Parts: sequence; C-alpha cells; structure tokens
Amino acid sequence: MAISDIKAYAHLTPADVEALGKELDALRREIEESRGEKDAAYIRRVIKLQRGLEYAGRATLFASLFPPAWIAGTAMLSLSKIIENMEIGHNVIHGQWDWMNDPEIHSSTWEWDNAATSESWKHSHNVVHHTWTNIVGKDRDVGYGLLRVTRDYKWKPKNLAQPAVYTLLALLFEYGIAFHDVDVSAVKKGRKTKERAKEQLRDMRRKIGKQMTKDYLLWPALTGPAFLGTLSANFTANVVRNVWSNAVIFCGHFPDGAEKFTLAEYETETPAEWYLRQMLGSANFNGGKLLTFMSGNLNHQIEHHIFPDLPSNRYAEIAVRVREICDRYEIPYTTGHFLVQYGQTIRTMLKLSLPDSMLKATSDDAPETASEKKWELRAEREKVAA
Amino acid sequence: MTRTTASRSFTSLLRDAASKLSHPLLPDDYLHLLNPLWSARELRGRVVEVRKETETAATLVIKPGWGWNGSYQAGQYIGIGHQVDGRWHWRSYSLTSTPVQDDGLIAITVKAMPEGFLSGHLVNGLAAGTIVRLAAPQGNFVLPDPPPARTLFLTAGSGITPIMSMLRTLDSRGDLPDVVLVHSAPTESDVLFRHELHELAERHPGLHLHEQLTDAMGMLDLANLEAVCPDWTERQTWACGPPAMLDAAEVLWTSRGLADALHLERFSVDLEGAGGEGGTVTFSRSGKTAVVDGATTLLLAGEAAGVVMPFGCRMGICQSCVLPLKAGSVRDLRSGTEHVAGERVQTCISAAAGDCVFDV
Ligand SMILES: Cc1cc2nc3c(=O)[nH]c(=O)nc-3n(C[C@H](O)[C@H](O)[C@H](O)COP(=O)(O)OP(=O)(O)OC[C@H]3O[C@@H](n4cnc5c(N)ncnc54)[C@H](O)[C@@H]3O)c2cc1C
Ligand code: FES
Repeated sequence: MAISDIKAYAHLTPADVEALGKELDALRREIEESRGEKDAAYIRRVIKLQRGLEYAGRATLFASLFPPAWIAGTAMLSLSKIIENMEIGHNVIHGQWDWMNDPEIHSSTWEWDNAATSESWKHSHNVVHHTWTNIVGKDRDVGYGLLRVTRDYKWKPKNLAQPAVYTLLALLFEYGIAFHDVDVSAVKKGRKTKERAKEQLRDMRRKIGKQMTKDYLLWPALTGPAFLGTLSANFTANVVRNVWSNAVIFCGHFPDGAEKFTLAEYETETPAEWYLRQMLGSANFNGGKLLTFMSGNLNHQIEHHIFPDLPSNRYAEIAVRVREICDRYEIPYTTGHFLVQYGQTIRTMLKLSLPDSMLKATSDDAPETASEKKWELRAEREKVAA
Repeated sequence: MTRTTASRSFTSLLRDAASKLSHPLLPDDYLHLLNPLWSARELRGRVVEVRKETETAATLVIKPGWGWNGSYQAGQYIGIGHQVDGRWHWRSYSLTSTPVQDDGLIAITVKAMPEGFLSGHLVNGLAAGTIVRLAAPQGNFVLPDPPPARTLFLTAGSGITPIMSMLRTLDSRGDLPDVVLVHSAPTESDVLFRHELHELAERHPGLHLHEQLTDAMGMLDLANLEAVCPDWTERQTWACGPPAMLDAAEVLWTSRGLADALHLERFSVDLEGAGGEGGTVTFSRSGKTAVVDGATTLLLAGEAAGVVMPFGCRMGICQSCVLPLKAGSVRDLRSGTEHVAGERVQTCISAAAGDCVFDV
C-alpha cells in the first residue's frame, strides 16, 4: 500500500532528512548564482534551431508530392515539434528561464505548440503533478485517470482494455493532456463548478481549433497541389511528437523503483521530505547528448523533480551531484537504459490490466510500488527460508 | 477611406493571416530571429552611435524597430532594457532627441552613477550595433504647445536631459520665447551639452543661461533664486535634478502658493526603504494596500488585503503566482536575490524589500 512513512522506507532519521534538504538547498543556490550569459545563449540557440527547423520542414513540404521531400519535411517538422514541446515549452512554462527577465521567454507569457493551453498545463502539470508527485489519489498523472499503473489502484474490469487504451493515449497524447486538466470527475465530486469546467472546455476547443486550422488546413492549402502530402506530413509529425513525449513522460515515474506514496505521507511532510519523495518517486534514463536533448533533459527526471525551475541545460551537472548525495545517504537512484525503463513501464501497464488475483506481489513489495513494510516482509521471508 | 488607412488595414489583414500560420506564436517571433528589429511584439532598438558627452556621460542614438510609432513629446522618457550576463535589466531615460527631427532615430543621454548597476554599462560597455529593448515613451513632464510666454528651467546634473529635448524642439520650431535655464553641475566639464547650450543662447536672444558651477560657487540656494532669476514667480517652471533640489523647490513654490506653476520630473523613485525589510505593498489595479514585514510573502499580503491573487503550489515551483513588479523592490526568500521594477516575481516566495507596487 504505497509509502506512508518515507523516513522508515529510506532508513533515514529525521536529522538525516533535514541534512539532505540543506544540501539540496545549497545546490539550488549554487546553480542559481551561476546562471548567466552562457545559459541565456543556450536557450536562445535552441529556440533559433527549433524555429529554423520548423520553417525548413514546412518549406520542404511544398514539394511533398515528391516522396523524399515528404520524408525530409516530416522528419524536420517532427523534430521541431518535439524540441518545441520538450526542451523549450515544458521547461519555459516551468519558469526555468524566468531569471532572464525576458518577456518573450517567460513562464507567464509562453504558449506552446500543443493542444493543451499553457495555462491548463501549468495547473495539471506544474501544480498538481509536481506538488503531489506520485501520491496515489492526488497526482492525476499516476495513470491519467485511464490506466492502472500501480496495484495501489483497485482493479476494475475496464482495465482489461489497457493495452488498447494506452496505444490510443500515446497516439493522441496531446489531446489527452489537454482534456486531462478539465477533470470531469472533479465536477462529479463537487470539487469544481460546472461553469468552470465549461470554460475550460471552451478554451481547450479554441486552442485545438487553431492548432488544427494551422496544421490541417492552412499550411496544406498554402502548398496547393501538395495539399494531401502536407496534411499527412503534419499529421505524422504531430503523432511522432505525441508518441515520443508520451514515452519520455512514462519513463519518468512508471519504471520499477519509482515509488508511489499515500496521502498520509504528504500530510505530515517537511520541505526536506518533499525532496526525498521527489527523488524516490522519479526515474531517470541514461542517454547521450542527443537523447538528452530530444527528451528535453527529462532523462534527468529526478533532478527535474527536485529543482523543476532550474535551467534544463544544467541538469546534467546537477545529476552528478545528486547521485553523489544519493550514494552518501544510501538513497536509491533509479536509472537505466531508455529501452529497459520504457520496457518496464509497458510491462507494468500490461500486467496490471489483470486482476490482483492473477498477480503475485502485493502493493507492499511490487516492482512498481512498495511501502515501508517491504523491509519487514523481506526479513520475515528470509527467516522462513532459513 | 484614405490611402494610408487602406494600406494599414491591408497590413493588419496580412498580419492576421500570417499569425494563423504561426499559431501559437506571432510572425514576429520568427522574423526577429532574422532581424532583431522586425518585431512589434517586443519593442527593440539598435544602438547606432554611442557619443561621449562628458567624462561620465554618453548619448546613445537608437534606431527603433517595428512597433515604434514614432510619436513622443519633448520631456517624455522611455524604458531601456539591456541584457547583462544573461538577464535583462530595465531603467528609464528621458529622450534627449527632438520629435520634430524626423530621421527615425531617438536619443537618450545617460550619466554613469557611481555604484549604479546599469548606467555604467550603458555609458562604457555598449558598442554600436547592440540591440536593446524599449518601452514606449511616457510621462507628462512636457511643454504645452504653444509654450508659455515665460519659462524657467531649473536643472542639475543629468536632470538637464528632458529639458534638452524641449530646447531642441523649441529651436527646431524656431519658436524660443523668453526662457531662463538655471543649471547646476560641479565643474564646466561636467555640464552636459555645454557647447550646444552656449550656441543656442547665442542664436536665441530670449534664452538666458545661468550655470551654477558648484565646486567653485557652492550649491544654488533656492531662497536666493531671485538673484539668478528675478521674475521666477511669474514663470512656468520645469525642474529636474536630485531629490533634495526637487523637494526644496516643491516647498518653496508651495509656500508662495505657486504649486501649479511648478512641473517636476524625478529620476529616482521616491519609494521608501528600498533594499530594506518589509514595507507598504500597493496593488494598483484593485487599489488595495498592505503594510508587511520582510518575512510575509506578497501572496499572503495580497490575500489578507482582499486582492484576488493568482496561485498554484504556494511553494515556489509552479509559476502560477508570477506578477509584474511595477515599482520598488522585493526579495526572493529562498535565494535572497532582490528583484526590482520591470521584473516578474513569484509572489508566493517573495517578500517586500521596501515599498513596492504590483499591477493586480
Ligand atoms: C523618469 C525617469 C527619467 C530618467 N532619465 C534619466 C536620464 O535622462 N539620464 C540619466 O542618466 N538617468 C535618468 N534616470 C535615472 C535612471 O533611470 C537610473 O536610475 C540611473 O541611470 C541609475 O541606474 P543604475 O542602474 O546605474 O543605478 P542602480 O543600480 O539602480 O542604483 C540607483 C542608485 O543607487 C545608488 N546605489 C546603488 N547601489 C549602491 C550601494 N551599494 N551603496 C550606495 N549607493 C548605491 C547608485 O549610486 C544610484 O544612484 C531617469 C529616471 C527616471 C525615473
Ligand atoms: S504558487 Fe506556485 S510558484 Fe508561486
């Protein structure tokens, strides 16, 4: 039943956890103080690259009747959409670049190339997910209200359809997250007014309308006889971005070792314990420079969750320090090859489509979730075995 | 429909159409990457010349980009944003150019303040070609048109800047009536625009110049203003200089019942206790205020005062609570960094560092 006592789970005393918190605070300040021209030049370069790539792609698609041009244009547009959503949009909306005081690269003004409005994303992601990370019943990113990704959730017959639901979610991911924040269930439970939900739906429809007009009507029309070629290229680019961003995001919290928590843990949590929850609840994946860049530095999910608003280009160096801290405090640091991490995610999702009666492990000691009871249970099992 | 409005509405149609293609960005967001001046979303300018005026002051001649509509009045000021070490810093500077001269260029004259952060960069660290951000001209420190029959300009140090624009404008219009300029500076070589002022005074018999060189002559004693401008009580006065001089002028004019004849421009914001702990927080749009200590967050202060403040996580990670700081300074309670007017701050983790004003 997920972690309720994070200190017991991590074998740390309250003093240890406070010391850990102080170290991380100091690390944050050190990075904050060293932000400067090099970092600013980085994000400007990325924006230039992305916008250049986008327009090169769109220009190439004027020749999209010619297959090699279709492939090249689609590839460029896909890359540009991935970069725009991940290394730029997600990170700018997190306020990672607010320190530059540049009104054009600021969390309060940024709108991204995605079906979800920045405003709704800021709520569902920055507030709900980053504050209540992996708290079962609070963090709606644990399964997106669609999937059973931890056995902390009761099995329901509809979970049998998980493989199909997941495939659809991956393909249509941007619409999934746009709708995610409308949260119809909150209206049913009386946590949100009908009017507010209607307002959100209207904003969502408006944004989706504009996005679709751009990609599926105006740009194709502009390329004249190549209308259908451009339309299919734009559609492909959006789907490629959806599938990739979904994979990266799922690798952040659903591989083995990314723990889940109960509300009881949150209610008594100190700021230092908040850090600890972020570290235990997130998972990284290894990657070279290219994979790191294309995942918007979210292969450093642990570092991102500890410091969601520090510039992404610094996560790699922060990771070295966080790993060293984890080693010293003997805190698990979950990471692995991208394919292994994603594989575990898919495996969990498939496995949990089955009822608990067909599963061996309990939610106190399973690959995708565990609790502080795990240690007792293991000790008992060892005794029995001996 | 006139030709210009027809072509303007055609341009705006084109912009509208183009922005449907660039959604959710504007065409400007792409164009300014080709030429920094091609953006009306964010006003930018290119510094075309940096002209040394005195040992510590320089004039920056700037070519504004798209979105600059070209109209301003002599005496108004603009905002200048300059990037230092990755961060944009904003300050205000009076325009010294004249709106009459229509060459598409504007000018400001900056005096490097000892210990000041940005003015030194602008005077000594800026090369021609640098791109700066601009905020549209504003301010009501301006002359009526036509100008009053008798005018007194009372200035000191860099306070001559808005007056210089006025004099240049009157000169260009060929209409420089009875004007007395009383200007203070430590020495001759510190007097901004000295050569031009003397040349103007030669050409316009109506312009009388009094230079108060304070190293040799001591400070101007306003109680003795009659000595340098006998009929000052009969003149409309525009004054700009250090706070002490302006405060003294305000007292004097008010005591003579002449407050209406005195127009002031203050270069330093008269908010109390900048850099200190706590202060009065004003929420300008809702017209509410709160007096707070240096540990109360602005979010709590606003809510306690009954302002509808935006918020999310309330712990500094989501950016839902970010608001633009209009004036004053605040401190980030996590890092201790001070933020000043022109920046956007997270109200849930910042407290007042002196009086400050928010636009909510
Ligand atoms: C409407 C308006 C028009 C203006 N027009 C002009 C103009 O035409 N020309 C012009 O030169 N200026 C003008 N100013 C002033 C200008 O905006 C700046 O305030 C000025 O250039 C100082 O900026 P700074 O960044 O160098 O100083 P800041 O770093 O902002 O410091 C402000 C003041 O505090 C002092 N200070 C800073 N740190 C310390 C410290 N540690 N100890 C002691 N003192 C300290 C500085 O000496 C300086 O005087 C105008 C201001 C306004 C509001
Ligand atoms: S409320 Fe979340 S950052 Fe301020």
